[in-house]
Amino acid sequence: MNIKDIKKEFPIFDNKVHNNDLVYLDSANSSQKPKVVVDRIYDFYTKEFSNVGRSVHYLAVAATNLYENTRVLVQKYINAKDPNEIVFTKGATEAINLVANTFGQKYLKEGDEILITELEHHSNYVPWHYLRKSKGVKINFADVDENGDINIESIEKKITPKTKILAITHLSNVTGAILPVKEIIQLAHSKNIPVLVDGCQGAPHLKLDMQDLDCDFYAISCHKMYGPTGLGVLYAKKKWLEELPPYQGGGGMIGEVKKEGITFGDLPNKYEAGTMATAQVIAFGESINFINKLGIEKIEEHERELTKYGEEILRKNNSVKLIGSPKNKGSVLSFTLDGVHPHDIATILDEDGVAIRAGHHCCQILHEKLGLAATARASLGVYNTKDDLDQLNSSINKCIKIFNS
Amino acid sequence: MDLKDLYQQLILDHGKNPRNLGKFENFNKDAKGHNPLCGDKVHVYLKLDENKKISDIKFEGEGCAISMASASIMTELMKNKEEPEVKELIDDFLKMIKDSPELNSKIISEDEKTKLMSLSGVKKYPMRVKCATLPWHTLVSAMTDKPGEVNTEKDD
Ligand SMILES: Cc1ncc(COP(=O)(O)O)c(C=O)c1O
Repeated sequence: MNIKDIKKEFPIFDNKVHNNDLVYLDSANSSQKPKVVVDRIYDFYTKEFSNVGRSVHYLAVAATNLYENTRVLVQKYINAKDPNEIVFTKGATEAINLVANTFGQKYLKEGDEILITELEHHSNYVPWHYLRKSKGVKINFADVDENGDINIESIEKKITPKTKILAITHLSNVTGAILPVKEIIQLAHSKNIPVLVDGCQGAPHLKLDMQDLDCDFYAISCHKMYGPTGLGVLYAKKKWLEELPPYQGGGGMIGEVKKEGITFGDLPNKYEAGTMATAQVIAFGESINFINKLGIEKIEEHERELTKYGEEILRKNNSVKLIGSPKNKGSVLSFTLDGVHPHDIATILDEDGVAIRAGHHCCQILHEKLGLAATARASLGVYNTKDDLDQLNSSINKCIKIFNS
Repeated sequence: MDLKDLYQQLILDHGKNPRNLGKFENFNKDAKGHNPLCGDKVHVYLKLDENKKISDIKFEGEGCAISMASASIMTELMKNKEEPEVKELIDDFLKMIKDSPELNSKIISEDEKTKLMSLSGVKKYPMRVKCATLPWHTLVSAMTDKPGEVNTEKDD
């Protein structure tokens, strides 16, 4: 892969930040967008726009076909069995809320337990939290180890006869730990526990195969996959989408509406109430085409090499403390610096055009466990190079110089 | 260069070695402040004596250089100030950080003004303004016995 050429496909890199080239190391937060995706939104609105699924005129039919075409692209990208197992949402957050809400409503009662991990993003904790109040369920946390990793034993230890669902991240957005999700799912299924995987950091970086993984639910955030904001995907096994109640009510998701009662529509409409993020869905098709053109395996390999290189140079830097050395690490380099607070690091790096994130990264449970209020995080995307990481390191040295002067 | 304005020597010094850090026995007012977006935390303790004068003030906290330096400088300036002066200084400081080019209060010396103005570098960094103002909002809360924690994302 020629990264210089790939970078050229992202118009954002034509801009300067404080008169410097942009070194974008915040892709775990949100990735940049290739021109094809941006253009697709413009073209749809200027040449093809119509609402989908409701009218019979030419534009409506064409828009509906484009919209459904993305569903098939997503299905193939994650190797789901059926396109009707793909539900569009406003984000991964909504995808998880959808499951917590409908699964909780139908299957959970007082005393039941939900098992998550200490690594989870607030998006995979807070939606479950509501069930504490509404249903009286208990939430258990599998322990993260000193490497910022979760192994299968730490999950097994926390499973009880009352565990009704397991919700785990695929790839930690702080420590970079890639969880052994397949083994965890096998274990849970052997005890009849369904599994939701928060795939926000998995989907942009790892090859996915839903049929092989066999998870029950998988949540995806499209804006982290070189796609538009305001869009997420929930993959769910068909039997769940058939059995669970609808999430939101409105147009498009119904069968028949009468004064005395309502029936609901078939999949996937049942879970897509109201006018959806049509332009975003259609443009997201281009994000998947973009990834497919490069090849997710190639992207994985490039990012693995970069992560290793980043770890190497940061470990050599005596002032840097890397957070998390999991067995299997993906695309995330979190760190602290002796005597410099992460927010000061982020401000000083920004002056050099280096964009990182500082804070708790929506993982307060993990940060409390680490005994840190905040960390600095550099995260990678397909457009990053070793030069970017060298620039990161030299800007880190500048922080140290400023603070030790 | 802007970074030099933000991280002036004085800020770095107060950030690294905050004055009045800690807690003391006989405080009679205190309040906590928290910025949930970045995790900065500050807890201000003070003793307001019978003449409504701050006879002692200290703080505990963790956060970036800006928030720690701001708390440090604030506690230095507030010691032995009477309640109306405290109010005046807080207003003056917050106004300066928001939009005023300078401090107008007559109750502190030129040297003290220079010290306080060293925090004005944050004006060019909108995301960092809350770091500088958190200790001050927390002091307001302590002085007025407002219940609960100051939260940078909840007040305006
Ligand atoms: C691991 C993880 N889960 C969930 C989310 C939430 O995704 P979104 O904000 O797109 O709904 C994120 C993104 O910040 C994440 O990194």
